[in-house]
Amino acid sequence: MISYAECSARERLALLLDAGSFHEWLPPSERVTSPHLAQLGVPSAFDDGVAVGRALLDGRAVFVAAQEGEFMGGGVGEVHGAKLVGLLRRALRDRPAAVLLLAESGGVRLHEANAGLIAVSEVMRAVLDVRAAGVPVVVLIGGANGCFGGMGIVARCADRIVMSDVGRLAMSGPEVIEASHGVEEFDSRDRALVWRTTGGKHRWLIGDCDALVEDDVAAFRAAAIDLLAMPDCSAPPTLATLEAEHAMLDRRLHALPPQAADGDADAEGIDTLHAPPAAGDGGTDEAVRLWTALGIADAERVPELAVDAVRALRLP
Amino acid sequence: MSDVPAGLETLQFLYPGDRPAGAFAPVLVGVVGSGNLEVMLEAATDRDDCAVRVETSARGFGPIWQAVMDDFHARHPLGGLRVSINDMGATPAVVSLRLDQAVAAIGPIAPDAGGRP
Repeated sequence: MISYAECSARERLALLLDAGSFHEWLPPSERVTSPHLAQLGVPSAFDDGVAVGRALLDGRAVFVAAQEGEFMGGGVGEVHGAKLVGLLRRALRDRPAAVLLLAESGGVRLHEANAGLIAVSEVMRAVLDVRAAGVPVVVLIGGANGCFGGMGIVARCADRIVMSDVGRLAMSGPEVIEASHGVEEFDSRDRALVWRTTGGKHRWLIGDCDALVEDDVAAFRAAAIDLLAMPDCSAPPTLATLEAEHAMLDRRLHALPPQAADGDADAEGIDTLHAPPAAGDGGTDEAVRLWTALGIADAERVPELAVDAVRALRLP
Repeated sequence: MSDVPAGLETLQFLYPGDRPAGAFAPVLVGVVGSGNLEVMLEAATDRDDCAVRVETSARGFGPIWQAVMDDFHARHPLGGLRVSINDMGATPAVVSLRLDQAVAAIGPIAPDAGGRP
């Protein structure tokens, strides 16, 4: 067993795909690097933090991109984003069996400001174009830096998501929420809280990912192969599927009883969020309450359960 | 005013090559992360020497880099080689390990040199 989280982007490519099959476009020796970082005194990377190319997965031709979380937190800069967009547009032309995105990113690389923001929006557009063309886009999330910000949105724009229990997926990262809403709202140092609200188990239980795997490169490979074998792996968005998605999100938003959503102290100064648990509603923790409301049995045990056990808990 | 951007320092070293590295596909090891660096080795079959270019965010450590690269050259007196480094404050020991890792990633180099490994 090799930890997916501890691998570099290039190690993941070497281990996840058929041995020796990865052919890189714009490899490091091409030196297509960020035009912005040097001006800020920040060293560039020869691949701008992402490797893109074609490969075989269990014998099927796929396109693949892998983000390096150790370089600028996997942040999407202008060149990094352009490489992703180029890969996706090429998929429109060449129609591989799938596009795999090995995502590990905090989102937009803020050093590159608007160029990074535009790059991420172009990636989203390109993902949706590829999906609409019937080529499935599969996102794999298991890096130590998680998948946040613009890349979190990109992931949810894809057809399928594979996550490990150590993987994290969200829009605003823990530090961002704490900075904007205060530590009472979200304590970014509370690791258990961070994983209960963004981690792979949570995303699996509420239906935001299609496969929950161990932190193991072989498990990610097997899950990707299984997803590609599904006849409905490609799910081009239609008006009906979007409306169904919105209805699901609305139900989920209102699944929590009102007092759970209102975590602030009430008029008497009693902290309702940390009040004694009411019987049968999952207690005081909002994540546990949500899982309970969604019908998950023994929801408070989820954080300590093994991946296999959590996988079995999701309702059809 | 040099063309070195503020905050980054570029260092270059040149060593005579005693042992041609031969032809090989470019190798990249390491990552540009805090306390880490990436090392890329490329075959330069049109030249006999070993050209090293370092871009580092830690300014003012030229003599240390010189010593680390001298040691590398003593261990691996390779010629026909281009070494390119992006550094984010790696310690000398980490730099030496990455350089050795990169050479190992090339694969075996014939002792009599010249040909393909």
